[in-house]
Amino acid sequence: MNRDDRRQAYWRRTLRLTAVLLAVWFAVTFGSSWFAIELNRIDFIGPLGYYMGAQGALIIYVVLIWYYARRMNALDDEYGAAEDDE
Amino acid sequence: MTSARRHSTFFRQLRRYYVVYTLGFIAFVAAAGALEMIGVPQKFLGYLFVFATILLYASIGFMSKTADVSEYYVAGRRVPAVFNGMATAADWMSAASFIGMAGTLYVSGHDGLAFIMGWTGGYCLVALFLAPYLRRFGQFTIPDFLGARYGGNIPRLIGVSAAILCSFTYVIAQIYGVGIITSRFTGMEFTIGVFVGLAGILVCSFLGGMKAVTWTQVAQYIILIVAYSIPVVWLSVKHTGSPVPQISAYTTALPKVTALEKEFNDKASPKGEREESVRVILRQRVAELDADLAALESGGEAFLAAEKKRRAARVARLKTDPEASPRTIRMAEQALRDVPTDPDEARVRWNRARVEAEARAAPVRPHAEPFAANDEESRYVAKKNFLALVFCLMVGTAGLPHLLARFYTTPSVSEARRSVFWSLLFISLLYFTAPALAILVKYEVYNNVVGTAFMQLPAWVSNWAAVDKTLMSITDLNRDGIVQLAEVTIGGDMIVLATPEIAGLPYVITGLVAAGGLAAALSTADGLLLTIANALSHDVYYKMIDPNAATTRRLVISKALLLVVALTAAWVTLLKPGNILFLVGAAFSLAAASFFPSLVLGIFWKRANRLGAVLGMTAGLGITICYMVMTYDFFGINAPLWWDIKPIAAGIFGIPAGFIGVIVGSLVSPAPSLEIQAMVDRVRYPELVDDYDPRAV
Repeated sequence: MNRDDRRQAYWRRTLRLTAVLLAVWFAVTFGSSWFAIELNRIDFIGPLGYYMGAQGALIIYVVLIWYYARRMNALDDEYGAAEDDE
Repeated sequence: MTSARRHSTFFRQLRRYYVVYTLGFIAFVAAAGALEMIGVPQKFLGYLFVFATILLYASIGFMSKTADVSEYYVAGRRVPAVFNGMATAADWMSAASFIGMAGTLYVSGHDGLAFIMGWTGGYCLVALFLAPYLRRFGQFTIPDFLGARYGGNIPRLIGVSAAILCSFTYVIAQIYGVGIITSRFTGMEFTIGVFVGLAGILVCSFLGGMKAVTWTQVAQYIILIVAYSIPVVWLSVKHTGSPVPQISAYTTALPKVTALEKEFNDKASPKGEREESVRVILRQRVAELDADLAALESGGEAFLAAEKKRRAARVARLKTDPEASPRTIRMAEQALRDVPTDPDEARVRWNRARVEAEARAAPVRPHAEPFAANDEESRYVAKKNFLALVFCLMVGTAGLPHLLARFYTTPSVSEARRSVFWSLLFISLLYFTAPALAILVKYEVYNNVVGTAFMQLPAWVSNWAAVDKTLMSITDLNRDGIVQLAEVTIGGDMIVLATPEIAGLPYVITGLVAAGGLAAALSTADGLLLTIANALSHDVYYKMIDPNAATTRRLVISKALLLVVALTAAWVTLLKPGNILFLVGAAFSLAAASFFPSLVLGIFWKRANRLGAVLGMTAGLGITICYMVMTYDFFGINAPLWWDIKPIAAGIFGIPAGFIGVIVGSLVSPAPSLEIQAMVDRVRYPELVDDYDPRAV
């Protein structure tokens, strides 16, 4: 694979990961807010709708960012990125 | 030494410093506790905490003094991910997060969670769209990126103006917080408190720029998180027997709070009956105010004069009446003094009193119920506003220049990615705790204040009532000698500051909490002032006025500007413009609408060009400002709302306008030059090693 192909492949995979994680972010944030009343009927460490806003969403955000960093750093290695230091 | 080795040595060294620092701080708190036990007065402990911590930050600033451009603007780009995470967390969490958040949740229940979600979920956008790319771009400021990506001085200049506008709005809220804390805990005047805090901020950023600010912010994060956690854990142990408030508040305290709320609202239960007797009085007051307001509309000045006469006559009559108690006479005299001087003042005051009485006469809002309202329509409006606010806060997070600039300081792109994770983790430690704290305090109030005899109130109630009536006031409206919930008014801003007293902890912990609030406000103010000064010195002076300026001259200019900006901010703060929460919300909407569209499209859409950026930023900013000015009551226009969206979420209109502006502007003018397209490539991809076959690995 020449350099341009690899760049394109790298960017495609970056965009795909970004889109998937963005969808997760959107679903968690606006799904749990929109359906807060319905979710509150479920009991999970208190009413679920409240729990999602107070803690659940935060946990998912932290994991999401952790996963993104891990995947992207692995992708850099896979494509032989020179350590872009300094 | 290779760069990896150098970084790991530096990392170990830093870890050692901060472990020693944390132990030293714990020893300091213990020593202050010992002073309290031997009878040192509380006021002295307040001074000790305020001045010792400011001195500490100043000395870190002094030790990090620098005359190197890269050190001054981006801390030499060698801040490891974990430490950048702590610095970002402190930079991020402002006085509003530390002092105000739990209080907002206490007052508005579920609907306050918009701040919790909005101020954390935004980091997903920072991680996915901005941090790694800005780091790979690797310059000094956010307007730098706009200038390089869109070419020419106009995008840079708009970027500078927007950065100054939102950072300045935000910094006023911080300096206000600094003034409140220093004046409350040391008894200094508000004005002096502001300048003492400002001195602490300046010594730090003045000498060492971003380098000093970074290492101070790490120190401030440690103090603020310790200060926030200790009283909450203690309160949790006291009420639920568990040291993990983040769980026990929901499993143990919340069900009891919900049960009590039902009882308060049930007129057939003994507690509900007593509540109802207070609500009857409050509803009567609403009716009286309605009558007064109607009479004011028809009578105007004459009505006020007649009212004054009537009340004066009542005082005179009571004074000759042997049956009248001194209390009744005092109240009648107060009522006479309360007659407003002119119809405008009367309208404002009576309307405010009416809103307050009506709110207190309403049934208790269940804490965990989302979008509580009387009918479906207002429930839907509340839901819309909740979503809009969450959206604005999130996008605003990914647009605030002082936060984004922090990701220029890591050693590499991969460290920038990791550092977003650490930032959010450290922020979440506090944001996890705030909703739990709100529930625990509510539990305390419902159990140990409501239903208690007025003669036996807990000490913290009377202490805070003595400080400020808007923070804590309690009056026996139905004269049964027992506290009912509708007789209590609690201001959100006291919740965190009063938690140590509520939990029955010694005063030294109150001092610690004050130091934590101060750390939160100072660290954010540090970052903001530096952003403003750098935008002026780096982007305006160096990039636009004199590109050949010598390094020393650039730094001197930058430091001089820092001083001017800080003093201006302090001066504006002393004018006390409007409400803190609104200022903060406004800063987010402004940042969201001005920066986010052109930053993100600048990276992800090669076709975006100068005209697009100019149009997008002006449209976003313009619509947001217009909507705020037209609808926020501070400006006095009070135009009708669009789709019932409150002015704090004005960005909901500005953000799409920004995106549309960039897209339309770019499409009607030619594509950017090849050099700029190559720059976008450079920001998107890492340097790939030539002829490298991934399958061979």
